Amino acid sequence: MDQAAGRIPVAAAPVGRPSRARRTGGALLLSPAVILLLVWSLVPLAMTLWYSVRRYNLVDPTQVGFAGLGNYWYLLTDPDFLTALLNTAILVGGVLVITVGLGTLLAVLFDQSFPGRGIARVLVISPFFVMPTVSALLWKNLMLHPIYGVYSAMMRAVGLTPVDWLSRYPLATLVMIVSWEWLPFAILILLTAIQSLDAEQKEAARMDGAGPLAQFRYIILPHLSRAITVVIMIETIFLLAVFAEISVTTAGGPGVASTNLAFLIYSRALLQFDVGGASAGGVVAIVIANIVAAFLLRAVARNLEA
Amino acid sequence: MATVELRDIRKTYSDEEIIKGVSLTIHDREFVVFVGPSGCGKSTLLRMIAGLEEITAGELLIDGVRANEKGPAERGLAMVFQSYALYPHMNVYRNMEFSLRLAGMPEAERRQRIADVARILQLEPYLDHKPGQLSGGQRQRVAIGRAIVRNPKVFLFDEPLSNLDAALRGQMRVELATLHRRLGATTIYVTHDQVEAMTMADRIVVLRRGVVEQIGTPLDLYHRPRNLFVAQFMGSPAMNVLPAHIVSVTDRTATVTTGPLTVTVPVHAGSLQPGAAVTLGVRPEHIGLDMAGAPQGLVEISERLGAATLLHVRLSDGRQIVVQTGGDNMNAPDSAVGVTPDPAHCHLFDADGVALDHLAAHPLQVGS
Repeated sequence: MDQAAGRIPVAAAPVGRPSRARRTGGALLLSPAVILLLVWSLVPLAMTLWYSVRRYNLVDPTQVGFAGLGNYWYLLTDPDFLTALLNTAILVGGVLVITVGLGTLLAVLFDQSFPGRGIARVLVISPFFVMPTVSALLWKNLMLHPIYGVYSAMMRAVGLTPVDWLSRYPLATLVMIVSWEWLPFAILILLTAIQSLDAEQKEAARMDGAGPLAQFRYIILPHLSRAITVVIMIETIFLLAVFAEISVTTAGGPGVASTNLAFLIYSRALLQFDVGGASAGGVVAIVIANIVAAFLLRAVARNLEA
Repeated sequence: MATVELRDIRKTYSDEEIIKGVSLTIHDREFVVFVGPSGCGKSTLLRMIAGLEEITAGELLIDGVRANEKGPAERGLAMVFQSYALYPHMNVYRNMEFSLRLAGMPEAERRQRIADVARILQLEPYLDHKPGQLSGGQRQRVAIGRAIVRNPKVFLFDEPLSNLDAALRGQMRVELATLHRRLGATTIYVTHDQVEAMTMADRIVVLRRGVVEQIGTPLDLYHRPRNLFVAQFMGSPAMNVLPAHIVSVTDRTATVTTGPLTVTVPVHAGSLQPGAAVTLGVRPEHIGLDMAGAPQGLVEISERLGAATLLHVRLSDGRQIVVQTGGDNMNAPDSAVGVTPDPAHCHLFDADGVALDHLAAHPLQVGS
């Protein structure tokens, strides 16, 4: 999975025009880093492309040779692939809506002064420091476990039957877990953005007769638009590749109900041992990631210019 | 009609009292300037009138109605902020329209009002521009326009010119004064710049550490300062102050001496006896040069302003004073000069800095 290939930002060209000798010298000195980075990203990409057109199965050494576009055809006509694509979209979209929406509201809330604000801010940021595997385990075993979980105990305490979230609504539960992980990031970015809002602007709005809602709608939200774009862009990049949470909680199941593209590739390669098919999936993932990145970068560039 | 009345207004932050009881009546159409050094509480006082800060104690009356509990928008005031506080994502038109739209004014009326204000302020070519595309002076005008458009009872200005360069500041000063004459709206203006206060105000309120030091017309403060602080704060270049002591007292004069100078000032000395320590204050333009008599000091620096020349004179006792002379005065540094303060324009302040009663005070009636 080397989706990273498409998103390495291009360094800005140096200002001015140094002499030819200096340029050659500079290029020479830069070359180790550049070559290392190129090898780092190009070799895996090339290998993925190569394997994606080969018959290559880890448990069947007799299957060798050129497969043409067979791996791609097999993948794209597989109904699991479409499900995985849809699941990826739901996961990314759902988490984005929850984290940006809730994040904006919470950022406004945490911008107010109230007793214990410092501690509350640390608490709200803390999920971000928990690594994905651990937070997924935390939710699976500590919170949502149908027998031992905190949630189940709470349900039973009031005489209700607890829902086994991870098997009944696997994708929705994953959206919830990943949102819990990413909400702090959104709050962190949006809170700093709110704090950079000129206090006199809010006061001017108050003098102009804007209540709290009108201030939020006409002053705070437009001020946050840039930060929100940045949050969306960064989160999208990471959410396209969510893997650990799925692997730990549902292993993509039941069936493929919670399999996203990243997990599909993993299961092709290391559960079904079909390296060729997995590589084809990897190439498709690279293409999708680059399409998304192109759209996002364009949107962000426009927003940052204004 | 719009009057503002402050009755023993106080502001306390945690334990510290920032405004220590200010009482003041601002008349309809009056231009009142709050002036004082930074930290004197002038901005806090303005923000309390605006409704952005709570009033700890005392009463604020706008048009005779208690306004302590009213929100900023209900008081019918408009404020121009130091940073202008324009909404960066709205163009000039939307900036001016914002308060009208929130007030629910119909579209046609809003358009009409904004067009009128834009014409007065010469903002018509910029209505589609965002604040980021405007120069400092234009942003200033938009901020004023945003205030005017609401047709407020009272205008509040919080150091509106301090972000502009000197030339533009002078120009905007004239524009503001012209605008005030034209609109005739009651205005409260906060500044730390005594030149702005002197040039624009009908009445000046001098504040120091939350206390009103003196209220009066610009010339009143200039010629009849009630204490040493006001005397030194108003006027540029600042008044010369010299520690002195009383030599002799009559019922109409007090004669004081400081270094090489002896002056008989027409003041009522009250209980002060010969030998008492006082402070002699005299403005640079009220000191004459006496080239005939014995020199009393050396010129250290001469600042040539063209219309006038400021001579920094080191007196024989080591103290430095500033003397304002004509622009054609040719005294070079290191030339010896004699100085003669005009007794009628000298001020005496007692040990507490309070001015002694002047018996020949400036009549303040120019030309009469």
